[in-house]
Amino acid sequence: MALLEIANVRKSFGSLEVLKGVSLTVEPGEIIAIVGRSGSGKSTLLRCINALEGINSGEIRFRGEPVRQNMKNLRLLRQRMGIVFQSFNLFPHLKVERNVTLAPVLTGKVSKADARELALEVLTRVGLSEKIDAFPGQLSGGQQQRVAIARCLAMSPELMLFDEATSALDPELVGEVLRVIEDMARNDLTMILVTHEMNFARNVSTRLIFMNEGMVWEQGPPAELFANPKTEEFASFIRATKQA
Amino acid sequence: MTGFNLSQILHYQDLFLSGVLMTALLSCIVMFFGSIIGILGAVGVRWGPRPVQYALRAYVEVIRNTPGLIQLFIVFFVLPSFELRLPPFHAAAIAFSIYFGAYAIEIIRAGLDSIPRSQIEAGQCLGITRWEVFRHVICMPALRNIYPAFTSQIVLLVLGTSIASQISAEELFYMGSFVESRTYRSFEVYTFVCAIYLVMVLILKTVFAAGGRILFRWPAHD
Ligand SMILES: Nc1ncnc2c1ncn2[C@@H]1O[C@H](COP(=O)(O)OP(=O)(O)OP(=O)(O)O)[C@@H](O)[C@H]1O
Ligand SMILES: [Mg+2]
Repeated sequence: MALLEIANVRKSFGSLEVLKGVSLTVEPGEIIAIVGRSGSGKSTLLRCINALEGINSGEIRFRGEPVRQNMKNLRLLRQRMGIVFQSFNLFPHLKVERNVTLAPVLTGKVSKADARELALEVLTRVGLSEKIDAFPGQLSGGQQQRVAIARCLAMSPELMLFDEATSALDPELVGEVLRVIEDMARNDLTMILVTHEMNFARNVSTRLIFMNEGMVWEQGPPAELFANPKTEEFASFIRATKQA
Repeated sequence: MTGFNLSQILHYQDLFLSGVLMTALLSCIVMFFGSIIGILGAVGVRWGPRPVQYALRAYVEVIRNTPGLIQLFIVFFVLPSFELRLPPFHAAAIAFSIYFGAYAIEIIRAGLDSIPRSQIEAGQCLGITRWEVFRHVICMPALRNIYPAFTSQIVLLVLGTSIASQISAEELFYMGSFVESRTYRSFEVYTFVCAIYLVMVLILKTVFAAGGRILFRWPAHD
C-alpha cells in the first residue's frame, strides 16, 4: 500500500486558490524533493499533509487513512509523521533533552526513566549528544535544526516532511543539516523535502517534483528531469536557480 | 505636636500587626481567585465560543473603566438589598477579586497572544493534545512575557487593598486611621503606615525577582 496518497487536492485562502488539484502518491522508502518558485504552494501542500491546513476538496490518505478526521485520530496520525520547519520551532524554555522527549513521554512511547537514553540515541544520530543539557537559545541555527530533526526522530516517524529546512541558515551551517538528512535518506526513511538546494535535490532524492501554480507540473527521476525539462516553465526555473 | 514621636503610636503595635496580617491575607486571597479568573477568562477570550468571548470582554471593559471604590460599594452596600449581606472583609475579597481578575484577563490574554503560532503548530505536529500544548509549550514562555506586568499588577493590588478601609474592613490603613483618631498623631501614623506598605512591597518585589530567576532560566532571546 502507498504510504501517502494525495488525490486532486484543492486549497484556497479566501479567493486565492493555492493548490489547484494536486495528486501525488508516495511509496515507502521514497525520497521526494519538491522544488518550485516562491508562492507555488509547496509549504501549503506540506501543511495540508499533516492537516495544519484544511483542504477544500480532494483527499489525503496516510496508509489508507484519511488525514482529515477527528482530533484524536489526527493526533495518532501526526505521531507517525514528523515535520521540520524552516524556523526550527524548538521550544525555547525546554532543554534539548526535553524538547526531544516531550512528545514521546506524553504519548507513552517511552517511560520517563528511559527518556534520557532515547534523547541520547537520537541526538547521537544528529551529532549533538553533547548538547543534551543546553537550551535551544544556546545553540547555532544549524544545531537547532538538527535538534528539531532529532525531535522528530524520537517519535520513530514513518514519514518525514521538511519545509526548506536549511533556508534560514547561514551558508556555512547548511552542510551539517544536509548531511543529517542524507544520513536519514540512507536509512530508508521516507521523506518529502521542499528545498531550494538544487544540487541536494538532485543527489539525494529518488523523485523530483516541480510545483508550479499550485500543481505538480513535472515529476520524475531527478537526473532525467534536470537533463531534459519537458516544459518551458521548469527549464526557466532551472536557469533562474543556476544564476542565483 | 512636638516633633516626630513614634512611642505613642507604637503602643498600638498589636493593631498594626493585625492590620498587616489582614492586608496580607486579603491580598493573597484576591491574588489567588483573581488569577484563577484571569487564567480561565483569558482562555475563554482566546478559545471560547463567541458568546463567552463577548461576555468576558464586557466584564473586562466595565471593571477596568469604572472606579474600584464604587465596585467595592456595590458589593458591600447594594448586594444586601438582594438579601446578600457580607462582612466587610468578605465583600472586599470578592470586589477586589473581580477587579483584579479583569486586569489579569487582559494581561494573561496578551501573554497568550505573545506566543507565535509556529510554536503552537510545532506542538500540534508532535501529536500531543491541545491541553498538553498549552501546558508544556505555551504556558511558561507566556508567563515569562507577562511576568513584569503581572507582578506590578499585584503590587498595585496590595496597595489598593487600603480602600477596603472605606467599608471598615480592618486592614492596615483602617487600623492606622483608628490609631490616628485615638492619638491625633496623624503625621507619625500615616508615615508609619506608609513605611509598612513600602516594606511589604519591597519584600514582595524581592520574592518576585527571585521567583523569576528560578522559573525563567532559559536564554531570553531564542
Ligand atoms: N495562511 C495564509 N493565508 C493567506 N494566504 C496564504 C496563507 N499561506 C499561504 N498563502 C499564500 O499561498 C500562496 C502559496 O504559499 P506557499 O507558502 O505554499 O508557497 P511556497 O511555494 O511555499 O513559497 P516559498 O518558496 O516562498 O516558501 C502564496 O501566495 C501565499 O501568499
Ligand atoms: Mg514555503
